[in-house]
Amino acid sequence: MVDAAALEALPSLLRARGYRVVGPVERGGAIVLDELASWDDLPRGTTVELGPGAYRLRKRPDEALFGYVVGPQSAKTWLHPPAVLEFRAERSRGRVTVVAEPADPSPVALVGLRPCDLAAIRVHDHVLGDGPVADPRYRSHRGAAFLIVVDCAEPAATCFCASMGTGPSATGGFDLALNELLDEDGHRFVIEAATDAGAEVLGALATRPVPLDDEVRVEAAHERARMAMGRRLDPGRARDVLRNAVESPAWSEVGDACLGCANCTMVCPTCFCTTVEDVTDLTGDHAERWRRWDSCFTFQFSRLSSGPVRTSTAARYRHWLRHKLETWHEQFGESGCVGCGRCITWCPVGIDLTEEVARLESATPESGDVA
Amino acid sequence: MTTPELVSSGPVIPVPHRVSAIRRETRDTFTVDLRPPDGLPVESFAPGQFNMLYAFGIGEAAISISGDPGRRGFVTHTVREVGAVTTWLGRLGAGADVGVRGPFGRGWPVAEAAGRDVVLIAGGIGFAPLRSLIYELLAHRDLYGRIGLLYGARTPGDVLFRGELEEWSKSGWVDVHVSVDRATESWRGHVGVVTTLLRNLVFDPAETIAFVCGPEIMMRFAAAELLRCEVAPGAIHVALERNMQCGIGLCGHCQIGPAFVCRDGPVFSYDVVEPWLAVEEL
Ligand SMILES: Cc1cc2nc3c(=O)[nH]c(=O)nc-3n(C[C@H](O)[C@H](O)[C@H](O)COP(=O)(O)OP(=O)(O)OC[C@H]3O[C@@H](n4cnc5c(N)ncnc54)[C@H](O)[C@@H]3O)c2cc1C
Ligand code: SF4
Ligand code: SF4
Ligand code: FES
Repeated sequence: MVDAAALEALPSLLRARGYRVVGPVERGGAIVLDELASWDDLPRGTTVELGPGAYRLRKRPDEALFGYVVGPQSAKTWLHPPAVLEFRAERSRGRVTVVAEPADPSPVALVGLRPCDLAAIRVHDHVLGDGPVADPRYRSHRGAAFLIVVDCAEPAATCFCASMGTGPSATGGFDLALNELLDEDGHRFVIEAATDAGAEVLGALATRPVPLDDEVRVEAAHERARMAMGRRLDPGRARDVLRNAVESPAWSEVGDACLGCANCTMVCPTCFCTTVEDVTDLTGDHAERWRRWDSCFTFQFSRLSSGPVRTSTAARYRHWLRHKLETWHEQFGESGCVGCGRCITWCPVGIDLTEEVARLESATPESGDVA
Repeated sequence: MTTPELVSSGPVIPVPHRVSAIRRETRDTFTVDLRPPDGLPVESFAPGQFNMLYAFGIGEAAISISGDPGRRGFVTHTVREVGAVTTWLGRLGAGADVGVRGPFGRGWPVAEAAGRDVVLIAGGIGFAPLRSLIYELLAHRDLYGRIGLLYGARTPGDVLFRGELEEWSKSGWVDVHVSVDRATESWRGHVGVVTTLLRNLVFDPAETIAFVCGPEIMMRFAAAELLRCEVAPGAIHVALERNMQCGIGLCGHCQIGPAFVCRDGPVFSYDVVEPWLAVEEL
């Protein structure tokens, strides 16, 4: 247990250990992840109201530091960055040399991740970190990162982590876990370490034993959060529904509504797709390769010299939803969705994947018959 | 906190190779031999695998290895000029540098062909990865039964590897049949879709393995014909093409159904891919 005032030392403790400290800060009407100069940068007394295509910041009646859920960013921005220089190449008298760009070595401490964010990191570990060929940059960022999770007491209307088995409380995969308590007994955090690095930082904070009452309060908050989930999705059932719905006529409806803007894939903490961009300077003798986030919603994503494979928006939406909820299981043995709700919030037309699954289920008579 | 790993050249960073020879096959297709830098051996490869070839500052293209796996000293590709990267490659002369990554992917299951008749069906540039396979088969000719090759090109001028076709045919090692979509006056061969040539081949369907590479629609027709001849769906192997950026299962571009074509393919057995190919825009 640590008092809110004592936790203010955390950023400087982490910096002293060589980390860049990144956490939630308010910018332009949203809570984003950015460098935390001090504990005061946290959005104190703020909450968010989320809905399909809707994100609003609101004042809270209290001084809670983590009284909001996920924003448009996730750990992905830091562990699998949006733009990465892969290599530089030089051409001189016809000879080409290629020099790999070293991975950015500065380790990052991520403060205020949510349990679904940790689940998304685990998903990326399987996709990028320990596949047959791992992404050395991901492994480098990931291996150096220090993760601080805050359990959720007040999920949003778009959250469905409880049904996906990824929240609202973290069971592992963090260095430090916090539970925020704020009542007549004061502003305090139940804090737990799961790694040696976490325990070492915890040891440097002014802590005291957790009173039994507070343990009960934390348990009760988790239970309330579970009950308050705005949405639900059963990952096994969703997979079966999609298996049966590949050629469902229902896809054309969502295809008509979807703008193909790719917001959902940019904000999704598990979407990992990238493209490469090769560029030269004006002399043409210095080249760079950049790797950038890409999205299966773009027209060019599936392009062959004969044209794209997925020309219709309906086909691209189908590919996205099936990848998240169906084929990911076959590829990586788990769902590609962790129930964070970001794609619902940031869809300009409010398309909701939990509703799409329900619609496909009712439009596809044989669903559920799959063994 | 662990020490960050350095990004080694590994599969992500192209290794500059030198063009040791480049020759025109047809109006829009050429074959290029690439020699690794001094001191580096040619990566061994399986027929059906591909490399990512880097055009300096322009981009990269997935290109199958078309050469003889038994030949050492260089790696060979046959490329059709369809856009920026492939055209750039075609303009290179001997001595120029080309970045190479790979080889990547799973090639043709050659071992499964032992003791069986082999049917090879190629369409257009799809002949390239099958040429490499034919070299491999001929290196151990006595391991296999009959070997038949059906090859379809657009016009007589588009026929690739004329010398090899003649040599294989004359030696009697391979029963070669070539067809063109559109004939010219001097063409004395077959005209029409390549799958109609199947009736010219002698093979025992129950003891046959088939390897097919060409445009997707052609592969579906070829597979349908083979199935009609009662070749088992699991004995038909096709090589798929999808958009590829990384070649190593990390960029997500090459997905078809649950598969990453770069890593799980490009060669698949037909019973695996048939349901995927049957769905439009998958
Ligand atoms: C496994 C595999 C093996 C192949 N083997 C051969 C071969 O042996 N010989 C041969 O001639 N061709 C082969 N191809 C096709 C070849 O990769 C494409 O023709 C080539 O990428 C086109 O590049 P370009 O820049 O010249 O053409 P453009 O048409 O100018 O390409 C422009 C853009 O189209 C996109 N594009 C088109 N096709 C592809 C593709 N397949 N992957 C990624 N992006 C693509 C890219 O975004 C590229 O920037 C193979 C493809 C695959 C997937
Ligand atoms: S698909 Fe949507 S709800 Fe699921 S993890 Fe991605 S953004 Fe979150
Ligand atoms: S849903 Fe689309 S962008 Fe996301 S990981 Fe899958 S293919 Fe990539
Ligand atoms: S080409 Fe990148 S995943 Fe297959």
